[in-house]
Amino acid sequence: MTVTSIRKDPAALSMTITTEFDSPIGRVWQLWENPRQLERWWGPPTYPATVVDHDLTPGGKVSYFMTGPDGGQSRGYWRVLAVDAPYRLDFENGFADDDGSPNPNMPVMVIQVVLTDRPDGGTRMAIETTFPSPDAMTQILSMGIEEGMTLAVSQIDGIL
Amino acid sequence: MLIYNHMVVDTLELPDGDRVFQALADATRRDIVMRTLQGEQSVSVLARSYPMSFAAVQKHVAVLERAGLVTKRRRGREQLVQGNVLTLRSVLGLLEQFEAMWRSRIERIDEILAEESDEGDTK
Repeated sequence: MTVTSIRKDPAALSMTITTEFDSPIGRVWQLWENPRQLERWWGPPTYPATVVDHDLTPGGKVSYFMTGPDGGQSRGYWRVLAVDAPYRLDFENGFADDDGSPNPNMPVMVIQVVLTDRPDGGTRMAIETTFPSPDAMTQILSMGIEEGMTLAVSQIDGIL
Repeated sequence: MLIYNHMVVDTLELPDGDRVFQALADATRRDIVMRTLQGEQSVSVLARSYPMSFAAVQKHVAVLERAGLVTKRRRGREQLVQGNVLTLRSVLGLLEQFEAMWRSRIERIDEILAEESDEGDTK
């Protein structure tokens, strides 16, 4: 496991996960920049993602659908806010209608990715996800966009 | 709240998410929650711990109570406050679930990078 830190801030409605990779920064950037790479990790094996549009420029759009075991599809999109290859990518991540257009009734989360060169040639990647409201969080979770729905209760027990 | 059924997911019960987060957005209230999770405390004992009036602490407790983060009961002239583990668990649980989502993504990224270094193909 390469995750080195997790910061959860209930008051700010944000979570930051920091990861270290041995691979150089250009290689790690490819995971975001290359749609074929992106679709290998964005969705879980049970809901693999297929990327349709992929325009990593400010204001650009990335659109994708995820296909479930029953063949059902869930569409999502990114709206790119800022790009500074290979160091930074900010985007909004939301849900899309069946025709791929953003669903204005669904919440949007902001994701900020920061890549940093390590002196040893590796890369640090920090991903911050911010939610507009607690209701948005519950709504996004209830959409079940991802499989990450198992609770690591042990960690909460530690706090309590 | 919108209900979408095309993906089934086990959501946590959070009776009123906005109230919970607003309640937790204050340092004193967070502290009251943490103390009363360890055991019941009277409002008057709590009030002595903070540089504010009894009435102010009482207000904080009322906010927490409305958010379901504490419960309050009377014992004689005292008001006893008890933290509600289940609600706090739900709040942290929300962020916990997004953490799990990103952890699994990063595991997949690790696999992608690892298989390339096995093949000696660094692209």
